Amino acid sequence: MDIERLYRDESGRILATLIRLLGDFDLAEEAVQEAFAAALEQWPAAGTPDNPRAWLVGTARHKAVDRLRRQTRFQAKREEVGRLAALEAPADGRDEPEGAVADDPLRLIFTCCHPALAVEAQVALTLRTLAGLTTEEVARAFLVPVPTMAQRLVRAKQKIRSAGIPYRVPADAELPERLEAVMLAVYLVFNEGYAATSGDALVRRELCAEAIRLGRLLCELMPGPSEPRALLALMLLHDSRRGARAGPDGDIVLLEDQDRRLWDQAQIREGIALAETARRDGGPGFYALQAAIAACHARAPRAEVTDWRQIARLYDLLLRVNPSPVIELNRAAAVAMAEGPAQGLRLLDALEADGRLRDYPLLPAARADLLRRLGRWSEAAQAYRQALDLTENDPLRRFLAGRLAEAEARAGTA
Amino acid sequence: MEYLLLIYHSEAEVGKLSEAEKGKLHQEYGTFTQSLVQSGHFKAGHGLQPTATATTVRVRNGKRLTTDGPFAETKEQLGGYYLIEAKDLDEAIAIAARIPSVRMGAVEVRPLMEG
Repeated sequence: MDIERLYRDESGRILATLIRLLGDFDLAEEAVQEAFAAALEQWPAAGTPDNPRAWLVGTARHKAVDRLRRQTRFQAKREEVGRLAALEAPADGRDEPEGAVADDPLRLIFTCCHPALAVEAQVALTLRTLAGLTTEEVARAFLVPVPTMAQRLVRAKQKIRSAGIPYRVPADAELPERLEAVMLAVYLVFNEGYAATSGDALVRRELCAEAIRLGRLLCELMPGPSEPRALLALMLLHDSRRGARAGPDGDIVLLEDQDRRLWDQAQIREGIALAETARRDGGPGFYALQAAIAACHARAPRAEVTDWRQIARLYDLLLRVNPSPVIELNRAAAVAMAEGPAQGLRLLDALEADGRLRDYPLLPAARADLLRRLGRWSEAAQAYRQALDLTENDPLRRFLAGRLAEAEARAGTA
Repeated sequence: MEYLLLIYHSEAEVGKLSEAEKGKLHQEYGTFTQSLVQSGHFKAGHGLQPTATATTVRVRNGKRLTTDGPFAETKEQLGGYYLIEAKDLDEAIAIAARIPSVRMGAVEVRPLMEG
Protein backbone atom coordinates (compact mmCIF):
# COMPACT_ATOMS: atom_id res chain seq x y z
CA MET A 1 0.00 0.00 0.00
CA ASP A 2 1.39 3.33 -1.07
CA ILE A 3 0.75 5.53 1.97
CA GLU A 4 1.75 8.69 0.15
CA ARG A 5 -0.86 7.98 -2.51
CA LEU A 6 -3.46 7.17 0.16
CA TYR A 7 -2.66 10.50 1.79
CA ARG A 8 -3.23 12.38 -1.47
CA ASP A 9 -6.41 10.49 -2.31
CA GLU A 10 -8.07 10.15 1.06
CA SER A 11 -6.76 12.69 3.57
CA GLY A 12 -9.45 15.26 2.68
CA ARG A 13 -12.29 12.81 3.27
CA ILE A 14 -10.71 11.42 6.43
CA LEU A 15 -10.26 14.97 7.70
CA ALA A 16 -13.92 15.73 6.92
CA THR A 17 -15.02 12.79 9.08
CA LEU A 18 -12.66 13.74 11.90
CA ILE A 19 -13.92 17.33 11.94
CA ARG A 20 -17.45 16.00 12.36
CA LEU A 21 -16.38 13.67 15.16
CA LEU A 22 -14.18 16.19 16.98
CA GLY A 23 -15.94 19.46 16.18
CA ASP A 24 -12.60 21.21 15.81
CA PHE A 25 -10.61 21.86 12.62
CA ASP A 26 -7.16 22.20 14.21
CA LEU A 27 -7.52 19.20 16.47
CA ALA A 28 -8.76 17.14 13.50
CA GLU A 29 -5.87 18.27 11.25
CA GLU A 30 -3.29 17.35 13.88
CA ALA A 31 -4.95 14.00 14.56
CA VAL A 32 -5.03 13.09 10.85
CA GLN A 33 -1.32 13.97 10.51
CA GLU A 34 -0.49 11.81 13.52
CA ALA A 35 -2.56 8.91 12.18
CA PHE A 36 -0.69 8.99 8.85
CA ALA A 37 2.62 9.18 10.73
CA ALA A 38 1.56 6.10 12.71
CA ALA A 39 0.66 4.31 9.45
CA LEU A 40 4.12 5.05 8.03
CA GLU A 41 5.64 3.56 11.17
CA GLN A 42 3.45 0.48 11.58
CA TRP A 43 2.20 -0.68 8.19
CA PRO A 44 5.54 -1.67 6.62
CA ALA A 45 6.11 -4.23 9.43
CA ALA A 46 2.58 -5.14 10.54
CA GLY A 47 1.03 -5.09 7.08
CA THR A 48 -1.69 -2.84 5.68
CA PRO A 49 -5.02 -3.16 7.51
CA ASP A 50 -8.05 -4.52 5.59
CA ASN A 51 -9.77 -1.15 5.59
CA PRO A 52 -7.00 1.48 5.64
CA ARG A 53 -9.47 4.37 5.74
CA ALA A 54 -11.31 3.06 8.81
CA TRP A 55 -7.94 2.34 10.46
CA LEU A 56 -6.82 5.92 9.87
CA VAL A 57 -10.13 7.38 11.13
CA GLY A 58 -10.01 5.20 14.24
CA THR A 59 -6.35 5.95 14.92
CA ALA A 60 -6.81 9.69 14.40
CA ARG A 61 -9.71 9.60 16.82
CA HIS A 62 -7.62 7.86 19.48
CA LYS A 63 -4.79 10.37 18.96
CA ALA A 64 -7.26 13.23 19.42
CA VAL A 65 -8.69 11.68 22.58
CA ASP A 66 -5.13 11.31 23.97
CA ARG A 67 -4.39 14.90 23.16
CA LEU A 68 -7.62 16.16 24.74
CA ARG A 69 -6.95 14.07 27.83
CA ARG A 70 -3.48 15.60 28.21
CA GLN A 71 -4.94 19.07 27.80
CA THR A 72 -7.79 18.56 30.28
CA ARG A 73 -5.37 17.41 32.94
CA PHE A 74 -4.08 20.98 33.07
CA GLN A 75 -7.19 22.95 32.32
CA ALA A 76 -10.26 21.11 33.48
CA LYS A 77 -12.70 22.91 31.25
CA ARG A 78 -16.21 21.63 31.52
CA GLU A 79 -16.70 21.72 27.78
CA GLU A 80 -13.56 19.70 27.03
CA VAL A 81 -14.43 17.03 29.56
CA GLY A 82 -17.88 16.70 28.07
CA ARG A 83 -16.47 16.38 24.57
CA LEU A 84 -14.01 13.77 25.73
CA ALA A 85 -16.78 11.68 27.25
CA ALA A 86 -18.79 11.88 24.04
CA LEU A 87 -15.76 10.85 21.98
CA GLU A 88 -14.79 7.90 24.10
CA ALA A 89 -18.27 6.42 24.06
CA PRO A 90 -18.17 4.68 20.64
CA ALA A 91 -15.43 2.06 20.21
CA ASP A 92 -13.77 3.64 17.17
CA GLY A 93 -14.48 4.93 13.65
CA ARG A 94 -15.31 1.47 12.30
CA ASP A 95 -18.95 1.40 13.31
CA GLU A 96 -19.77 4.74 11.72
CA PRO A 97 -22.94 4.58 9.63
CA GLU A 98 -21.97 4.64 5.93
CA GLY A 99 -24.33 7.53 5.11
CA ALA A 100 -22.83 9.84 7.72
CA VAL A 101 -19.31 9.25 6.42
CA ALA A 102 -20.33 9.68 2.77
CA ASP A 103 -21.86 13.08 3.56
CA ASP A 104 -18.81 14.36 5.44
CA PRO A 105 -17.11 16.05 2.45
CA LEU A 106 -20.39 17.84 1.65
CA ARG A 107 -20.71 18.98 5.28
CA LEU A 108 -17.14 20.16 5.22
CA ILE A 109 -17.59 22.18 2.05
CA PHE A 110 -20.79 23.88 3.26
CA THR A 111 -19.05 24.79 6.52
CA CYS A 112 -15.96 26.10 4.74
CA CYS A 113 -18.23 28.13 2.43
CA HIS A 114 -20.40 29.60 5.18
CA PRO A 115 -21.47 33.17 4.30
CA ALA A 116 -20.20 34.36 7.69
CA LEU A 117 -16.67 33.81 6.29
CA ALA A 118 -15.04 36.12 3.75
CA VAL A 119 -15.27 34.70 0.21
CA GLU A 120 -11.52 34.34 -0.26
CA ALA A 121 -11.30 32.56 3.10
CA GLN A 122 -14.11 30.18 2.05
CA VAL A 123 -12.34 28.93 -1.03
CA ALA A 124 -8.92 28.88 0.64
CA LEU A 125 -10.23 26.79 3.51
CA THR A 126 -11.91 24.37 1.11
CA LEU A 127 -8.68 23.90 -0.82
CA ARG A 128 -6.67 23.50 2.38
CA THR A 129 -8.99 21.01 4.10
CA LEU A 130 -11.04 19.09 1.55
CA ALA A 131 -8.55 19.24 -1.30
CA GLY A 132 -5.61 18.70 1.05
CA LEU A 133 -3.41 21.42 -0.46
CA THR A 134 -0.60 22.81 1.65
CA THR A 135 -0.79 26.42 2.78
CA GLU A 136 2.00 27.18 0.27
CA GLU A 137 -0.03 25.69 -2.58
CA VAL A 138 -3.17 27.58 -1.60
CA ALA A 139 -1.15 30.80 -1.40
CA ARG A 140 0.18 30.18 -4.91
CA ALA A 141 -3.31 29.45 -6.26
CA PHE A 142 -4.44 32.86 -4.91
CA LEU A 143 -1.23 34.69 -5.85
CA VAL A 144 -0.71 35.94 -2.26
CA PRO A 145 2.30 35.61 0.10
CA VAL A 146 2.35 32.47 2.29
CA PRO A 147 2.10 34.32 5.66
CA THR A 148 -0.97 36.22 4.39
CA MET A 149 -2.65 32.95 3.46
CA ALA A 150 -1.63 31.28 6.73
CA GLN A 151 -3.21 34.13 8.69
CA ARG A 152 -6.37 34.02 6.56
CA LEU A 153 -6.78 30.29 7.29
CA VAL A 154 -6.15 30.70 11.02
CA ARG A 155 -8.74 33.48 11.24
CA ALA A 156 -11.35 31.48 9.35
CA LYS A 157 -10.89 28.45 11.60
CA GLN A 158 -11.05 30.66 14.69
CA LYS A 159 -14.31 32.17 13.52
CA ILE A 160 -15.83 28.75 12.81
CA ARG A 161 -15.02 27.74 16.36
CA SER A 162 -15.82 30.89 18.29
CA ALA A 163 -18.90 32.04 16.36
CA GLY A 164 -20.44 28.57 16.37
CA ILE A 165 -20.61 28.01 12.60
CA PRO A 166 -22.28 24.58 12.38
CA TYR A 167 -20.87 21.51 10.62
CA ARG A 168 -23.79 20.42 8.48
CA VAL A 169 -25.48 20.56 5.10
CA PRO A 170 -27.97 23.44 5.36
CA ALA A 171 -31.74 22.99 5.27
CA ASP A 172 -33.49 23.20 1.88
CA ALA A 173 -34.70 26.76 2.42
CA GLU A 174 -31.16 28.01 2.98
CA LEU A 175 -29.63 26.19 0.00
CA PRO A 176 -30.13 28.81 -2.74
CA GLU A 177 -28.28 31.45 -0.70
CA ARG A 178 -25.47 29.02 0.02
CA LEU A 179 -25.10 27.41 -3.40
CA GLU A 180 -23.07 30.05 -5.25
CA ALA A 181 -20.11 29.93 -2.86
CA VAL A 182 -20.08 26.14 -2.76
CA MET A 183 -20.16 25.86 -6.56
CA LEU A 184 -17.24 28.27 -6.82
CA ALA A 185 -15.25 26.23 -4.32
CA VAL A 186 -15.99 22.95 -6.16
CA TYR A 187 -15.00 24.62 -9.44
CA LEU A 188 -11.69 25.81 -7.96
CA VAL A 189 -10.95 22.41 -6.42
CA PHE A 190 -11.49 20.91 -9.87
CA ASN A 191 -9.26 23.52 -11.50
CA GLU A 192 -6.53 22.88 -8.98
CA GLY A 193 -6.72 19.20 -9.84
CA TYR A 194 -6.90 19.81 -13.59
CA ALA A 195 -4.00 22.24 -13.73
CA ALA A 196 -1.97 21.44 -10.63
CA THR A 197 0.00 24.52 -9.63
CA SER A 198 2.87 22.49 -8.26
CA GLY A 199 4.34 19.05 -8.05
CA ASP A 200 5.33 16.45 -10.56
CA ALA A 201 1.90 15.56 -11.92
CA LEU A 202 0.10 17.55 -14.57
CA VAL A 203 -3.30 16.48 -13.28
CA ARG A 204 -4.12 15.58 -9.71
CA ARG A 205 -6.71 13.00 -10.63
CA GLU A 206 -8.10 12.52 -7.13
CA LEU A 207 -8.91 16.26 -6.82
CA CYS A 208 -10.83 16.17 -10.11
CA ALA A 209 -12.65 13.00 -9.03
CA GLU A 210 -13.57 14.54 -5.67
CA ALA A 211 -14.83 17.72 -7.34
CA ILE A 212 -16.95 15.70 -9.78
CA ARG A 213 -18.34 13.64 -6.93
CA LEU A 214 -19.25 16.84 -5.05
CA GLY A 215 -20.77 18.22 -8.25
CA ARG A 216 -23.02 15.14 -8.48
CA LEU A 217 -24.02 15.54 -4.84
CA LEU A 218 -24.94 19.19 -5.46
CA CYS A 219 -27.12 18.17 -8.43
CA GLU A 220 -28.91 15.59 -6.27
CA LEU A 221 -29.28 18.07 -3.44
CA MET A 222 -30.64 20.77 -5.76
CA PRO A 223 -32.30 19.24 -8.83
CA GLY A 224 -34.11 22.51 -9.61
CA PRO A 225 -31.52 25.17 -10.50
CA SER A 226 -29.53 24.65 -13.70
CA GLU A 227 -26.11 25.90 -12.59
CA PRO A 228 -25.07 22.79 -10.59
CA ARG A 229 -25.78 20.70 -13.73
CA ALA A 230 -23.76 23.14 -15.84
CA LEU A 231 -20.87 22.92 -13.39
CA LEU A 232 -20.98 19.12 -13.44
CA ALA A 233 -21.12 19.14 -17.26
CA LEU A 234 -18.12 21.42 -17.44
CA MET A 235 -16.06 19.21 -15.13
CA LEU A 236 -17.04 15.99 -16.91
CA LEU A 237 -16.15 17.42 -20.32
CA HIS A 238 -12.75 18.65 -19.20
CA ASP A 239 -12.04 15.47 -17.28
CA SER A 240 -12.98 13.35 -20.33
CA ARG A 241 -9.70 14.47 -21.95
CA ARG A 242 -7.60 13.39 -18.98
CA GLY A 243 -6.19 10.25 -20.63
CA ALA A 244 -5.01 12.23 -23.65
CA ARG A 245 -3.53 15.28 -21.94
CA ALA A 246 -0.33 13.64 -20.79
CA GLY A 247 2.13 11.49 -22.70
CA PRO A 248 3.67 8.27 -21.34
CA ASP A 249 6.29 10.24 -19.38
CA GLY A 250 3.75 12.67 -17.97
CA ASP A 251 4.55 15.26 -20.64
CA ILE A 252 1.93 17.79 -21.73
CA VAL A 253 0.04 17.00 -24.93
CA LEU A 254 -1.72 20.09 -26.28
CA LEU A 255 -5.40 19.93 -27.23
CA GLU A 256 -4.59 20.10 -30.95
CA ASP A 257 -2.12 17.19 -30.68
CA GLN A 258 -4.22 14.92 -28.49
CA ASP A 259 -5.29 11.46 -29.65
CA ARG A 260 -9.03 12.03 -29.48
CA ARG A 261 -9.71 8.28 -29.41
CA LEU A 262 -8.44 8.44 -25.79
CA TRP A 263 -11.20 10.85 -24.78
CA ASP A 264 -13.77 9.26 -22.49
CA GLN A 265 -16.87 9.08 -24.69
CA ALA A 266 -19.24 8.09 -21.87
CA GLN A 267 -18.23 11.18 -19.92
CA ILE A 268 -18.58 13.32 -23.05
CA ARG A 269 -22.10 12.03 -23.72
CA GLU A 270 -23.15 12.68 -20.12
CA GLY A 271 -21.45 16.09 -20.11
CA ILE A 272 -23.02 17.26 -23.38
CA ALA A 273 -26.50 16.11 -22.28
CA LEU A 274 -26.15 17.94 -18.95
CA ALA A 275 -24.76 21.06 -20.64
CA GLU A 276 -27.73 21.15 -23.02
CA THR A 277 -30.40 20.82 -20.32
CA ALA A 278 -28.62 23.39 -18.15
CA ARG A 279 -28.38 25.88 -21.00
CA ARG A 280 -32.05 25.32 -21.93
CA ASP A 281 -33.28 25.75 -18.32
CA GLY A 282 -30.97 28.47 -17.14
CA GLY A 283 -29.55 30.38 -20.10
CA PRO A 284 -25.97 31.50 -20.51
CA GLY A 285 -24.50 31.55 -16.98
CA PHE A 286 -20.89 31.35 -15.84
CA TYR A 287 -20.73 27.55 -15.78
CA ALA A 288 -23.15 26.96 -18.67
CA LEU A 289 -21.00 29.00 -21.06
CA GLN A 290 -17.83 27.22 -20.04
CA ALA A 291 -19.61 23.89 -20.45
CA ALA A 292 -20.72 25.00 -23.93
CA ILE A 293 -17.11 25.83 -24.85
CA ALA A 294 -15.91 22.46 -23.58
CA ALA A 295 -18.72 20.81 -25.57
CA CYS A 296 -17.48 22.53 -28.78
CA HIS A 297 -14.11 20.81 -28.33
CA ALA A 298 -15.70 17.50 -27.35
CA ARG A 299 -17.85 17.48 -30.53
CA ALA A 300 -14.91 18.01 -32.91
CA PRO A 301 -13.64 14.61 -34.08
CA ARG A 302 -10.39 16.23 -35.27
CA ALA A 303 -8.68 19.43 -34.05
CA GLU A 304 -8.91 21.02 -37.54
CA VAL A 305 -12.72 20.96 -37.55
CA THR A 306 -13.08 22.75 -34.18
CA ASP A 307 -15.60 25.59 -34.42
CA TRP A 308 -13.25 28.32 -33.15
CA ARG A 309 -15.57 31.15 -34.21
CA GLN A 310 -18.33 29.76 -32.02
CA ILE A 311 -15.83 29.31 -29.17
CA ALA A 312 -14.66 32.94 -29.50
CA ARG A 313 -18.33 34.07 -29.43
CA LEU A 314 -18.95 32.04 -26.26
CA TYR A 315 -15.89 33.64 -24.65
CA ASP A 316 -17.35 37.06 -25.53
CA LEU A 317 -20.53 36.15 -23.63
CA LEU A 318 -18.52 34.71 -20.77
CA LEU A 319 -16.55 37.95 -20.42
CA ARG A 320 -19.84 39.80 -20.08
CA VAL A 321 -21.06 37.46 -17.32
CA ASN A 322 -17.72 37.34 -15.56
CA PRO A 323 -15.06 39.87 -16.56
CA SER A 324 -11.66 38.32 -15.82
CA PRO A 325 -8.18 38.62 -17.32
CA VAL A 326 -7.82 34.82 -17.49
CA ILE A 327 -10.97 34.60 -19.63
CA GLU A 328 -9.59 37.42 -21.82
CA LEU A 329 -6.49 35.30 -22.29
CA ASN A 330 -8.56 32.30 -23.36
CA ARG A 331 -10.62 34.44 -25.67
CA ALA A 332 -7.44 35.76 -27.31
CA ALA A 333 -6.30 32.19 -27.91
CA ALA A 334 -9.67 31.35 -29.54
CA VAL A 335 -9.50 34.49 -31.71
CA ALA A 336 -5.99 33.48 -32.78
CA MET A 337 -7.36 30.13 -33.96
CA ALA A 338 -10.39 31.66 -35.68
CA GLU A 339 -8.78 34.73 -37.27
CA GLY A 340 -5.05 34.04 -37.22
CA PRO A 341 -2.15 34.43 -34.75
CA ALA A 342 -1.57 38.12 -35.49
CA GLN A 343 -5.10 39.00 -34.27
CA GLY A 344 -4.64 36.94 -31.13
CA LEU A 345 -1.23 38.46 -30.45
CA ARG A 346 -2.68 41.96 -30.57
CA LEU A 347 -5.14 41.03 -27.78
CA LEU A 348 -2.40 39.35 -25.72
CA ASP A 349 -0.09 42.36 -26.00
CA ALA A 350 -2.88 44.57 -24.63
CA LEU A 351 -3.47 42.09 -21.82
CA GLU A 352 0.23 42.05 -20.95
CA ALA A 353 0.37 45.84 -20.94
CA ASP A 354 -2.37 46.15 -18.31
CA GLY A 355 -0.35 44.05 -15.85
CA ARG A 356 -3.18 42.12 -14.17
CA LEU A 357 -1.65 38.75 -15.11
CA ARG A 358 1.93 39.68 -14.26
CA ASP A 359 2.65 36.42 -12.40
CA TYR A 360 0.53 34.11 -14.53
CA PRO A 361 2.76 31.72 -16.54
CA LEU A 362 0.17 30.94 -19.21
CA LEU A 363 0.16 34.52 -20.55
CA PRO A 364 3.79 34.50 -21.73
CA ALA A 365 3.29 30.85 -22.75
CA ALA A 366 0.35 31.83 -24.98
CA ARG A 367 2.28 34.78 -26.44
CA ALA A 368 5.24 32.51 -27.11
CA ASP A 369 3.02 30.07 -28.97
CA LEU A 370 1.58 32.76 -31.26
CA LEU A 371 5.06 34.22 -31.90
CA ARG A 372 6.22 30.71 -32.77
CA ARG A 373 3.34 30.29 -35.23
CA LEU A 374 4.34 33.62 -36.79
CA GLY A 375 7.95 32.46 -37.10
CA ARG A 376 9.22 35.26 -34.82
CA TRP A 377 11.62 32.84 -33.14
CA SER A 378 13.80 35.06 -30.95
CA GLU A 379 10.76 36.86 -29.49
CA ALA A 380 9.14 33.47 -28.93
CA ALA A 381 12.26 32.26 -27.08
CA GLN A 382 12.15 35.34 -24.87
CA ALA A 383 8.48 34.71 -23.98
CA TYR A 384 9.15 31.01 -23.25
CA ARG A 385 11.91 32.06 -20.84
CA GLN A 386 9.47 34.45 -19.12
CA ALA A 387 6.89 31.66 -18.74
CA LEU A 388 9.52 29.25 -17.34
CA ASP A 389 10.40 31.75 -14.61
CA LEU A 390 6.78 31.79 -13.43
CA THR A 391 5.88 28.11 -13.01
CA GLU A 392 6.93 25.29 -10.71
CA ASN A 393 4.78 22.64 -12.34
CA ASP A 394 7.27 20.07 -13.62
CA PRO A 395 5.47 18.88 -16.79
CA LEU A 396 4.74 22.47 -17.78
CA ARG A 397 8.41 23.32 -17.24
CA ARG A 398 9.51 20.40 -19.41
CA PHE A 399 7.08 21.42 -22.15
CA LEU A 400 8.20 25.06 -22.08
CA ALA A 401 11.89 24.08 -22.01
CA GLY A 402 11.37 21.87 -25.08
CA ARG A 403 9.68 24.68 -26.98
CA LEU A 404 12.35 27.13 -25.83
CA ALA A 405 15.12 24.88 -27.20
CA GLU A 406 13.31 24.67 -30.53
CA ALA A 407 12.80 28.46 -30.68
CA GLU A 408 16.45 29.13 -29.79
CA ALA A 409 17.66 26.73 -32.48
CA ARG A 410 15.40 28.30 -35.10
CA ALA A 411 16.35 31.83 -34.01
CA GLY A 412 20.02 30.90 -34.33
CA THR A 413 19.66 29.57 -37.89
CA ALA A 414 17.24 32.25 -39.13
CA MET B 1 -24.20 29.16 22.70
CA GLU B 2 -25.22 32.67 23.64
CA TYR B 3 -25.37 35.41 21.05
CA LEU B 4 -25.93 39.12 21.38
CA LEU B 5 -28.00 40.53 18.53
CA LEU B 6 -27.23 44.22 18.20
CA ILE B 7 -29.91 46.15 16.34
CA TYR B 8 -28.70 49.09 14.30
CA HIS B 9 -31.09 51.55 12.70
CA SER B 10 -31.11 55.14 11.59
CA GLU B 11 -32.72 57.24 14.32
CA ALA B 12 -33.50 59.86 11.67
CA GLU B 13 -35.45 57.31 9.60
CA VAL B 14 -37.31 56.01 12.64
CA GLY B 15 -38.14 59.60 13.59
CA LYS B 16 -39.85 60.10 10.24
CA LEU B 17 -42.32 57.26 10.83
CA SER B 18 -45.96 58.24 11.45
CA GLU B 19 -47.59 57.45 14.79
CA ALA B 20 -49.51 54.59 13.16
CA GLU B 21 -46.32 53.14 11.69
CA LYS B 22 -44.52 53.42 15.03
CA GLY B 23 -47.43 51.65 16.72
CA LYS B 24 -47.28 48.85 14.16
CA LEU B 25 -43.50 48.42 14.65
CA HIS B 26 -43.96 48.35 18.41
CA GLN B 27 -46.59 45.68 18.05
CA GLU B 28 -44.36 43.62 15.75
CA TYR B 29 -41.60 43.75 18.36
CA GLY B 30 -44.05 42.59 21.02
CA THR B 31 -45.10 39.59 18.93
CA PHE B 32 -41.50 38.76 18.01
CA THR B 33 -40.24 38.94 21.60
CA GLN B 34 -43.15 36.78 22.74
CA SER B 35 -42.27 34.13 20.14
CA LEU B 36 -38.62 34.10 21.30
CA VAL B 37 -39.70 33.60 24.90
CA GLN B 38 -41.97 30.75 23.87
CA SER B 39 -39.32 29.00 21.77
CA GLY B 40 -36.87 29.23 24.68
CA HIS B 41 -34.29 31.37 22.84
CA PHE B 42 -34.90 34.56 24.80
CA LYS B 43 -32.50 35.55 27.58
CA ALA B 44 -32.83 39.34 27.60
CA GLY B 45 -33.69 42.19 25.27
CA HIS B 46 -34.46 45.90 25.31
CA GLY B 47 -34.85 48.90 23.09
CA LEU B 48 -32.46 51.76 23.83
CA GLN B 49 -33.20 55.47 24.28
CA PRO B 50 -31.89 57.53 21.33
CA THR B 51 -28.16 58.36 21.13
CA ALA B 52 -28.96 61.94 22.19
CA THR B 53 -29.21 60.48 25.70
CA ALA B 54 -25.84 58.72 25.45
CA THR B 55 -22.71 59.60 27.40
CA THR B 56 -19.27 58.19 26.64
CA VAL B 57 -16.68 57.70 29.38
CA ARG B 58 -12.93 57.18 28.99
CA VAL B 59 -10.12 57.07 31.54
CA ARG B 60 -6.70 58.24 30.30
CA ASN B 61 -3.66 58.45 32.59
CA GLY B 62 -5.95 58.02 35.55
CA LYS B 63 -8.04 60.99 34.47
CA ARG B 64 -11.71 60.57 33.65
CA LEU B 65 -12.99 62.10 30.41
CA THR B 66 -16.74 62.24 29.97
CA THR B 67 -18.24 63.36 26.67
CA ASP B 68 -21.70 63.86 25.32
CA GLY B 69 -22.93 61.43 22.68
CA PRO B 70 -22.34 57.84 21.52
CA PHE B 71 -18.92 56.20 21.09
CA ALA B 72 -19.00 56.67 17.33
CA GLU B 73 -21.04 59.04 15.19
CA THR B 74 -22.36 56.98 12.33
CA LYS B 75 -25.26 56.95 9.94
CA GLU B 76 -26.95 54.14 11.86
CA GLN B 77 -27.08 53.82 15.62
CA LEU B 78 -27.37 51.02 18.16
CA GLY B 79 -31.08 51.00 18.93
CA GLY B 80 -31.59 47.84 20.97
CA TYR B 81 -30.44 44.32 21.60
CA TYR B 82 -31.50 40.76 22.27
CA LEU B 83 -29.46 38.26 24.22
CA ILE B 84 -30.42 34.83 22.96
CA GLU B 85 -29.52 31.18 23.40
CA ALA B 86 -29.06 29.45 20.04
CA LYS B 87 -27.69 26.07 18.99
CA ASP B 88 -25.27 27.57 16.46
CA LEU B 89 -24.58 30.59 14.27
CA ASP B 90 -27.15 29.51 11.67
CA GLU B 91 -29.92 29.51 14.26
CA ALA B 92 -28.77 32.91 15.58
CA ILE B 93 -28.72 34.33 12.03
CA ALA B 94 -32.21 32.96 11.36
CA ILE B 95 -33.50 34.71 14.50
CA ALA B 96 -31.67 37.94 13.63
CA ALA B 97 -33.36 37.92 10.23
CA ARG B 98 -36.78 37.98 11.96
CA ILE B 99 -36.12 41.11 14.04
CA PRO B 100 -38.52 43.78 12.69
CA SER B 101 -35.85 46.50 12.30
CA VAL B 102 -33.68 44.29 10.10
CA ARG B 103 -35.75 45.41 7.10
CA MET B 104 -34.65 49.06 7.58
CA GLY B 105 -31.37 48.69 9.40
CA ALA B 106 -29.07 45.81 10.23
CA VAL B 107 -28.41 43.34 13.02
CA GLU B 108 -24.92 42.41 14.14
CA VAL B 109 -24.65 38.87 15.53
CA ARG B 110 -21.95 38.50 18.20
CA PRO B 111 -21.19 35.28 20.02
CA LEU B 112 -20.57 35.71 23.75
CA MET B 113 -17.36 34.46 25.30
CA GLU B 114 -17.89 31.17 27.04
CA GLY B 115 -17.22 30.37 30.68
